[in-house]
Amino acid sequence: MSAEGALLEVSGLKVYFPVEKGIIVRKRVGWVRAVDGVDFQVSRGESLGLVGESGCGKSTTAMAVARLEALTAGKVLFEGRDLAALNPTELRRARKDFQLVFQDPWSSLDPRMRVRDIIAEPMQIFARRGELDLDGAAIEARVASLMESCGLSKSFAERYPHEFSGGQRQRVGIARALALGPKLIIADEPVSALDVSIQSQILNLLKDLQRQFNLTFLFIAHDLAVVEYFCDRIAVMYLGRIVEIASSSQLNHMPLHPYTRALLSAVPLPDPAKERSRKRLILKGDVPSPSIERAGCPFRERCSEAMERCAHEAPRLSPPAPGGSGPAGPGHEVSCFLYQGN
Amino acid sequence: MIPRRLAKNGIALTGIVIVSLYIIVILVSFFWLPFDPVKIDADHLLEEPSLKTGHIFGTDEFGRDILSRIMKGSLVSLVISLSATTMGALIGVTMGIWAGYLGGRWDNWIMRIADIIFAFPSLLLAIFVMAILGEKTWNVVIAIGIVYIPQFARISRGAILSVKTNEFVRAARSNGASAIFILYRHLLPNILVPIIVQVSLALSVSILLESSLSFLGLGIQPPWPSWGNMLSSARKVMVLAPWTAIYPGFAIVFLVLGFNLLGDGLRDILDPRLKNVG
Repeated sequence: MSAEGALLEVSGLKVYFPVEKGIIVRKRVGWVRAVDGVDFQVSRGESLGLVGESGCGKSTTAMAVARLEALTAGKVLFEGRDLAALNPTELRRARKDFQLVFQDPWSSLDPRMRVRDIIAEPMQIFARRGELDLDGAAIEARVASLMESCGLSKSFAERYPHEFSGGQRQRVGIARALALGPKLIIADEPVSALDVSIQSQILNLLKDLQRQFNLTFLFIAHDLAVVEYFCDRIAVMYLGRIVEIASSSQLNHMPLHPYTRALLSAVPLPDPAKERSRKRLILKGDVPSPSIERAGCPFRERCSEAMERCAHEAPRLSPPAPGGSGPAGPGHEVSCFLYQGN
Repeated sequence: MIPRRLAKNGIALTGIVIVSLYIIVILVSFFWLPFDPVKIDADHLLEEPSLKTGHIFGTDEFGRDILSRIMKGSLVSLVISLSATTMGALIGVTMGIWAGYLGGRWDNWIMRIADIIFAFPSLLLAIFVMAILGEKTWNVVIAIGIVYIPQFARISRGAILSVKTNEFVRAARSNGASAIFILYRHLLPNILVPIIVQVSLALSVSILLESSLSFLGLGIQPPWPSWGNMLSSARKVMVLAPWTAIYPGFAIVFLVLGFNLLGDGLRDILDPRLKNVG
């Protein structure tokens, strides 16, 4: 992936949360390493999926990219500008170009505001500061067209969020995210809270909108089937790091990292005959605490292929060495010594 | 929108009617009272309520007309209760929302100050403040207001803490909304319910607190009437002449009821989720 086409380029991203103790004098006793050195790029018009089990830092990564969480280290280049280095005013202006869709459609809409006001709010905030050239009538018109794009009936504008189902509420959230005409949508598990039947509707809506508005997606999920359907490329996270990144089809057909293989083996197959013969790789143990400083590969205690080298040296994300266990496509990178020479 | 819903809401309407009745009584008392509320009449001590004498609520141990004293005292009681609650709510809610919203060190400092005030029993604290400031009507307001500050601060802080974790707050931040915008557009409207409940409670309690202060001789000074000092002077003659306590007591209960109904109704009206209820 070349840097020229990248809309978003994240490098060396670290988000640590301090662990504090003491009532009067607060002392820092350690760090929770939620995100511990993450690099990835998203090209224009592409959808990159971030997957991993809960607590692996995928949502924190999304929030750090959206600059809603303070970065401990690293760069977030958006169209070549480092969002981490902007001053508050510049950052506020830049927010127009990247917007969020949230996981929980029940807490992401203010229960005391009408749908119309919820969708109009981002535009009002920018218009008030003179950073968006829309008057009240123009905002009104844009709200109506956004609602139509998102499959919401015009008559919903005057209603309150509690009058809607989860899927409809998520549509309102999506309309709000599109209000400022963003280039990048950071979707933090946008369908996890919905019924399966509604999930596909929302995913298809997002795909349509992506074509219509030329959007780029950073898509967070824990459901591999959802990500495979929606995303062009997938990054698998484990304990605050990316362990494997590849195109959607490649990751599904030829997973390399032992963790990715275990994850994929847990996905049920639609064909009952295949499902019966499916061999599951069961991981032993639990995810270690992210507050313990550790050397070596973060996955080594649970890995069936762990070698001596894994204990004292951390593998880097890199393309698998030729002559490994099969051909890897372009852009396929894995963080495991199994696929690395010396 | 709100007035129409107010008219449809029976509870709120009853509350409004009751409170309006008191306001009418106050307005009337400016221009007309049945008798002079402070004039001592040795010929009519502790007279029973009777239409014939014109003392329809009877007279007290100094022969003063009880109805006139209740009417005169309603202004004092209502004004003290409204101003003290407003003062406590404004200062307390401001402290609470900033503590809850800013968190960390601010939260710690603001809430420790509130805790210090909270550590004193409310009546003791009010007596304490009255003793320092001196016995004036406005000082009663300040004394009761100070008692209310930590209560409002705690309630609004707790509510803010739970509301601010909602993702719509994050959404507003991701649109570059300022802290003040988020506070007034999103957080404050969502914590109105517990605050309104507390306001209606505080309005009622302040009438009782004012009564306690007057009872102890720190509130409204005789011969000027307040419902509180009427009750306290009635204590001595209550068995002989129950009307001296019943009518001022009824005035208090009725107003407290009106405030509570108004608070309940407002709570329902302001919550869009309960729009079609009640």
